Amino acid sequence: MRSEHRAKAPFGLKLAAGLGLLFLHLPILLIFLYAFTTEEKSYRFPPPGLTLEWLAVTWGRADVWAALTLSLKVASLATAIALVLGTLCAAAVSRSAFFGREVVSLLVILPIALPGIITGIALRSAFSMADIPFSFFTIVLGHATFCIVVVYNNAVARFRRLSGSLVEASMDLGADGFQTFRYVILPNIGTSLLAGGMLAFALSFDEVIVTTFTAGQQSTLPIWMLQELIRPRQRPVTNVVAMIVVLVTLLPILAAFFLTRDGDSIAGGGK
Amino acid sequence: MTAAVLFQSVSRHFGAVRAVDGVDLSIAEGEFFAMLGPSGSGKTTCLRLIAGFEQPTSGHIEIFGETAEGVPPYRRNVNTVFQDYALFPHLSILDNVAYGLMVKGVGKAERRRAAEEALAMVALPGYGARKPGQLSGGQRQRVALARALVNRPRVLLLDEPLGALDLKLREQMQEELKTLQKTLGLTFVFVTHDQGEALSMADRVAVFHDGKVRQVGTPEEIYRRPRSRFVADFVGSSNILSPALCAALGLGAGTASLRPEQISLGPATGDRIGLTGRAVSASFLGPVNRLTADCGGERIVAALPAGVALPAPGAEVTLSFDRSALHLMEDA
Repeated sequence: MRSEHRAKAPFGLKLAAGLGLLFLHLPILLIFLYAFTTEEKSYRFPPPGLTLEWLAVTWGRADVWAALTLSLKVASLATAIALVLGTLCAAAVSRSAFFGREVVSLLVILPIALPGIITGIALRSAFSMADIPFSFFTIVLGHATFCIVVVYNNAVARFRRLSGSLVEASMDLGADGFQTFRYVILPNIGTSLLAGGMLAFALSFDEVIVTTFTAGQQSTLPIWMLQELIRPRQRPVTNVVAMIVVLVTLLPILAAFFLTRDGDSIAGGGK
Repeated sequence: MTAAVLFQSVSRHFGAVRAVDGVDLSIAEGEFFAMLGPSGSGKTTCLRLIAGFEQPTSGHIEIFGETAEGVPPYRRNVNTVFQDYALFPHLSILDNVAYGLMVKGVGKAERRRAAEEALAMVALPGYGARKPGQLSGGQRQRVALARALVNRPRVLLLDEPLGALDLKLREQMQEELKTLQKTLGLTFVFVTHDQGEALSMADRVAVFHDGKVRQVGTPEEIYRRPRSRFVADFVGSSNILSPALCAALGLGAGTASLRPEQISLGPATGDRIGLTGRAVSASFLGPVNRLTADCGGERIVAALPAGVALPAPGAEVTLSFDRSALHLMEDA
């Protein structure tokens, strides 16, 4: 979007906006800076010296790799579950009318509105009551609860714009349900699914609260970082990992943003 | 001969709403059949029952002698031209037209050739590379037609296909559709609420009202011998003569319909029947003028050819019509 030049903002407002942005982003830059410090026990400013050795140290630490692999696995599986269930749910809510549709819609969105701690405690007690041992899969289930919401929200908006007669036209021309999904529905909702999936992945990848309640002995990357901050040994390793987390989550979110930005011209082309 | 489409007391209810209520129909092969009725009369639901998007609540449907209940839309050899065209926005025009062949597994070269051919048939050759969004309403309509015809359906269903077009284009498309149907020898089932369209295009018309078929017949039969007050009113306009007036004129018992253009100004001669009354209003419409008269408490509208001097409102008028023009209706 390119905005036209209107009245110029007063200097004070510009300053306030700039300070606000600095406040939001300077701490993140500091995290990056301390990933290269030579001082490993405390965060002194300015850092006494800069070094790249922590990248190598991080690379060599097995616990980092274990946490990273676990996080990637959890995020991938939770996203996959969310893509399937979120899309189906969005299709049901937007393409058919049934008793209690609005309630279903609300209940699907609720997990993201609820504080994570409530979801976490609820899931933990539910798992205990059902005698389900905490494992990789309990983390995945916990993450899927809020990942579905993101996929659902993206998909439902696109489904609503998809003319219902397109599906009928496809069936009319001889395509069965699977062909209709592949050749008509998927191309029309594809970008929104990709965007929803990426957001879901990013959400899952840096989730802490629900994970604390649903994980057993394993730690995902954010949990590992939390534990690491308490120990004053090789602190910059945590910063290196933080940098990786930022990159891994930021890129999909940016991609999702650009994918959905032009969505209107794609889905509305037929009318 | 097996009917192309056969309905045997077919009903489709949505909850308490009887969208289609005990419809019997038989559409012959090669026929241009119009389903005419106001909105909500059940004509579109009937079309969707043939296409397979709806299943009958009760009754029996056959398409070329084969039972249609339970057969999904994609296994029926019928194709639909949708009211909003329903072109796939993400596909090119050529891919839109070739879609039916693609899902049936026809080879790329073959379906390309067939699609180009279909586009040429609807006078859109060379438009294949464009997207639906780049076409005008009339062009999209033609693409929708080509996309249906390329599958060589045995029955083509058209759901108010001309509704979104402007008048000039609509008249042109009416001609083209009629020609296309005769050349291809296909069965067309055409849904419309426009009685002029139905009368001018169809071989036979079914008039729908409240989920029921009120009358089926050739356009002329429907127009000249409407079976009920609803048909007489909905198809063209008509004077409904009350039983009292019919009796007073010595026409027998019942309600009769009399088309305005059958009435002329002036006293009855020979076999003609005369009516006297007072002119209420006269309006100039161009080729035909309309005179409304009050004849003993009943409004009679006469369509008079241009050139006949119109009486002033309030003047005494004498109207006459041929006895054969009067049609006694079975049910009022």
